[in-house]
Amino acid sequence: MESLEEIKTRVEAAVPGADISIIPNPGPANQPSLLIDNEHAPHVARFLRDDPALRLDHCSNVTGVDWLDRTVTKKVKVKKLVEGEEKEVEETHEEFFPGYLESVYHLYSMALKQGPVIIRMRTADRGEGARLPSLTPVYRSADFQEREIFDLYGIRFDGHPDLRRILMWDEFEDYPMRKDYREPDDYEYEPTPHDDVLEKAKQHYSTRPQLDGAEELTAQE
Amino acid sequence: MSEQIDEGLKSELQKQGIWVTSTQELYNWGRRNSIWPLQFGLACCAIEMIATAASRYDLARFGGEVFRPSPRQADLMIVAGTVTKKMAPQIVRLYNQMPDPKYVISMGACAISGGPFKQGYNVLKGIDRYIPVDVYIPGCPPRPEALLHAFMELQRKIDGQKLTGENKAAHLDRAQPSEFPVPAFGAHDLEPPSNLDLFRPPQIERV
Repeated sequence: MESLEEIKTRVEAAVPGADISIIPNPGPANQPSLLIDNEHAPHVARFLRDDPALRLDHCSNVTGVDWLDRTVTKKVKVKKLVEGEEKEVEETHEEFFPGYLESVYHLYSMALKQGPVIIRMRTADRGEGARLPSLTPVYRSADFQEREIFDLYGIRFDGHPDLRRILMWDEFEDYPMRKDYREPDDYEYEPTPHDDVLEKAKQHYSTRPQLDGAEELTAQE
Repeated sequence: MSEQIDEGLKSELQKQGIWVTSTQELYNWGRRNSIWPLQFGLACCAIEMIATAASRYDLARFGGEVFRPSPRQADLMIVAGTVTKKMAPQIVRLYNQMPDPKYVISMGACAISGGPFKQGYNVLKGIDRYIPVDVYIPGCPPRPEALLHAFMELQRKIDGQKLTGENKAAHLDRAQPSEFPVPAFGAHDLEPPSNLDLFRPPQIERV
């Protein structure tokens, strides 16, 4: 199969105006992906499906990713005039990266026995702007999986034929796979709580009853 | 009443070909040997339940082979598997539709407490939050022998039920409820999260 760079240049030639970038994925999996702008995503997907050299006719997996807001503090050494003398001073800069949601599609070719090509799309933010174009008109198999992403991550897919919750009930309001989801507090006894569960457990520990000294007398007997 | 018949006299009469019994004994004997379970499974425990009903373990030896596809004809509910919060109202509704006397076996870690999925956002932490459970079977999943054991325990329990008096069986006592409120789907959780008449969360004492 062609390399991702070759696919990128061909897609950009075929779909004018498409803004595509390659997201590297360092690590054992080493599966880089194509980030596609939301406006042209259905066109790009249709090209990937119909192009005779690629023929990515099978969308095997669709999933969501949640990226929280984050601030990165950087220490930079800057030369400054301090009391008439030039000195190197360390300054800390805080850089803010707003959070967003992603949907990731794994595309294979059944006809040419090749793949995967991974494409992803990004929402504008994690609130009102959590909208993406649906690829269900292109890949029929994305139907339920996009519904699952809508259910668990809260990404609204424009153009989806039947966007409803699929796992949780319709009255449910939260998005349980988001990283800031807090489940209802129905803690019960855990024999060996640790980490987050321990923090939760501590709120439910009742204090021991106040001792009045009588039990010491019993112990002496 | 069986307590009032002298055991020695009973055995002496039996030797002469006279069989003496009580209504209660006969009634319980009949009921305990024809427990019809409700035919439904929720997860992998259901596979073990199916194995129990099939020829190798053969639940028919205990009179429990007649799995009924309708709650109206069932005596026993085997909650076999993880109860999700989305499924819980349906389980309670099925229980309410079963005619008295009815029994519940909570099969496996999930049905008892949520099991390995206890901390999950969509898993009910035990079906005993909404309906009364007669026999619990631990295991993940419990082997068919364990289900048979639970079945025999249930038979023992039915055998000991009284028809009259203060400690009579729950289904003969009009004051005892035979239906329980069905929880509603809430915005964040089931409402209420548990039936407080049946279930009290354990008090945790630790410093």
